Amino acid sequence: MTDASSPRRLALPTEPAAGSRRLSTAKAMQEAIAQRMDRDDSVFVMGEDVGPYGGIFSSTSGLIERFGPDRILDTPISETAFIGLGIGAAVEGMRPIVELMFADFFGVCMDQIYNHMAKIHYESGGNVRVPMVLMTATGGGYSDGAQHSQCLWGTFAHLPGMKVVVPSNPYDAKGLMTSAIETDDPVIFMFHKGIMGLGWMKKNRRSVAAVPEEEYLVPIGKARIARAGTDVTIVTLALSVHHSLDVAEKLEAEGISVEVLDLRSLVPLDREAIVRSVAKTGRLIVVDEDYQSFGLSGEVIAAVAEHDPTLLRSVTRVAVPDVPIPYAHQLEYAVLPTPARIEAAVRDAMAT
Amino acid sequence: MTPTHSQALTDDIRRGLLDTMVLIRTYEEAIRREYYADKQPAFDIGAGLVPGEMHLSAGQEPVAAGVCAHLTGDDALTATHRPHHVAIAHGVALRPMTAEIFGRETGLGHGRGGHMHLFDPATHFSCSGIIAEGLPPALGQAFAFSRRGSDRVAVAVTGEGAANQGAFHESLNLAALWKLPVVFVVEDNDWGISVPRSGSTSVASNALRAAGYGMPGVRVEDNSVEAVYAAAGEAVARARAGEGPSLIEVHTLRLWGHFEGDAEGYRPELATVAEHDPIPRYRDTLLAAGILTTESYEAMQASAVTKVEDAIDFARNSATPDPLGHLGYVFSEGAHT
Repeated sequence: MTDASSPRRLALPTEPAAGSRRLSTAKAMQEAIAQRMDRDDSVFVMGEDVGPYGGIFSSTSGLIERFGPDRILDTPISETAFIGLGIGAAVEGMRPIVELMFADFFGVCMDQIYNHMAKIHYESGGNVRVPMVLMTATGGGYSDGAQHSQCLWGTFAHLPGMKVVVPSNPYDAKGLMTSAIETDDPVIFMFHKGIMGLGWMKKNRRSVAAVPEEEYLVPIGKARIARAGTDVTIVTLALSVHHSLDVAEKLEAEGISVEVLDLRSLVPLDREAIVRSVAKTGRLIVVDEDYQSFGLSGEVIAAVAEHDPTLLRSVTRVAVPDVPIPYAHQLEYAVLPTPARIEAAVRDAMAT
Repeated sequence: MTPTHSQALTDDIRRGLLDTMVLIRTYEEAIRREYYADKQPAFDIGAGLVPGEMHLSAGQEPVAAGVCAHLTGDDALTATHRPHHVAIAHGVALRPMTAEIFGRETGLGHGRGGHMHLFDPATHFSCSGIIAEGLPPALGQAFAFSRRGSDRVAVAVTGEGAANQGAFHESLNLAALWKLPVVFVVEDNDWGISVPRSGSTSVASNALRAAGYGMPGVRVEDNSVEAVYAAAGEAVARARAGEGPSLIEVHTLRLWGHFEGDAEGYRPELATVAEHDPIPRYRDTLLAAGILTTESYEAMQASAVTKVEDAIDFARNSATPDPLGHLGYVFSEGAHT
């Protein structure tokens, strides 16, 4: 088992300049994994269709050609068995990256995730570590129905013992993946399909962006101001960051200054960054593609309210109402946090 | 299975098997004594020096002794909610194990785990309170061992009730598919809490299910420690040789209740359970064969009492955790408060 006193193994730069080389989010993730695998024999990838297919959402494209089937392992459709296998391998000092094809599939394997992966370190009084990454695809918007379109990050973040990261762009995806592999704790790495830069799905224009070639870290637990502003704070993550930026750009012409805070991590949650921004603007909008009730949006608002409720001049949530994600395009886009809903929320906030 | 893997059963090994069984029984009796000591006259599950659910393993000692005789502390073992017998047989140190059961700072998990969550990195031992869910991590330990080119093995222990869980079937398939050095041990103690095997399981033997996943399976019918020893010898040797997983089901005996406080009103054979106690039976066998003397058996018992009472004293005299430390150990970095 891992030595409980072992320090972080490599000192890597933290959030260096992005440079000019452009990559999709998928390629940025692949590069982070490949660079870690080059340096560390204990890192391996396992999951359904991660081999020759390259991951259904291209998280592992090209890796099997480079590292072979002994380190890029296609598994049977047995999430409980292979996630648990990752846990046992991590306990013995390996650094598995395990893919759960869709976050929606957690229902068939949650015991391994929340009762084992997330609790072994605590139950062992810190004597056993589980340095494992569980990466999984989230989000809808392409008519995949109620069982293949959910975000669910609030569900994982609710349960103690696992870090939860949710990148919104190629730069953060690479740095967060490297951090996730490097940390001695289990990490759920939730990538939204709409930011991967896939050729077969509506692409956000920011899903291809500048990424440094060298390895670097984006710290887990640090939010990023994606756009500075003074009138309204939008706290958001994943694809909704881009919708929020689009709205902010549009409203700038009308003299409305919107600050967009990209959380990047849910666990740990950067409550200080949230409070700092709301202290500046007084108006808080949480944009979340997860279900509205009992989740992230309420937690963000509570973070401010517990700190100083008088900071909150207005509070709005733009989230998925508490219904399953519908199939028909018109219905699905009625529940998703679309730019139109975000814009309306900003205008309402400005009226208060 | 081929006989080439068999290890000869010497008289020393026989005495060693009995010695392990006696140590386990002595331990479980002492835990039971401590568990009830301050739960009188009214039973309150959350009260006392040893609070919470308590699943004791009396009667199942042959499984632990027979399997673990083939292991070293470099081999991994994952156990169930009823873990003490295999922990002891696998060599988990009694003092920190007992302190964990007592919820003390000196325990294996500094009081965070409890009797169903014992983790001992020194012997690669762990257990889980969730039925069948200890099997997948054992696959991962076996995977790591084989990746490093060692001949270390992982043993995954579970009950007959757990053999109806998805995790069991997924694990057998994946272990066989990837030829992992795993030995699956199914303890069939006839009862899934109050449900008899006849009410839970569609086949007479889980060895049949092993066959369904393309691995050797054997069922030991009579809770015989020597038969377990022989079957485990084959399975462990096969795993060490890189030939893949095996399954052993042992028809064993739950001498006491599912947990302490279980009146077992559902159990028709309750009055005669003690007649099947495997320890007096094996003791008498060895005495009759001249392998054991009454004096050496008494010495075995005395030694066990000394070890167990030392561990109980250690636990009882250890500090309880500082309540202010409840936030520590969630993550490896940061608050170890």
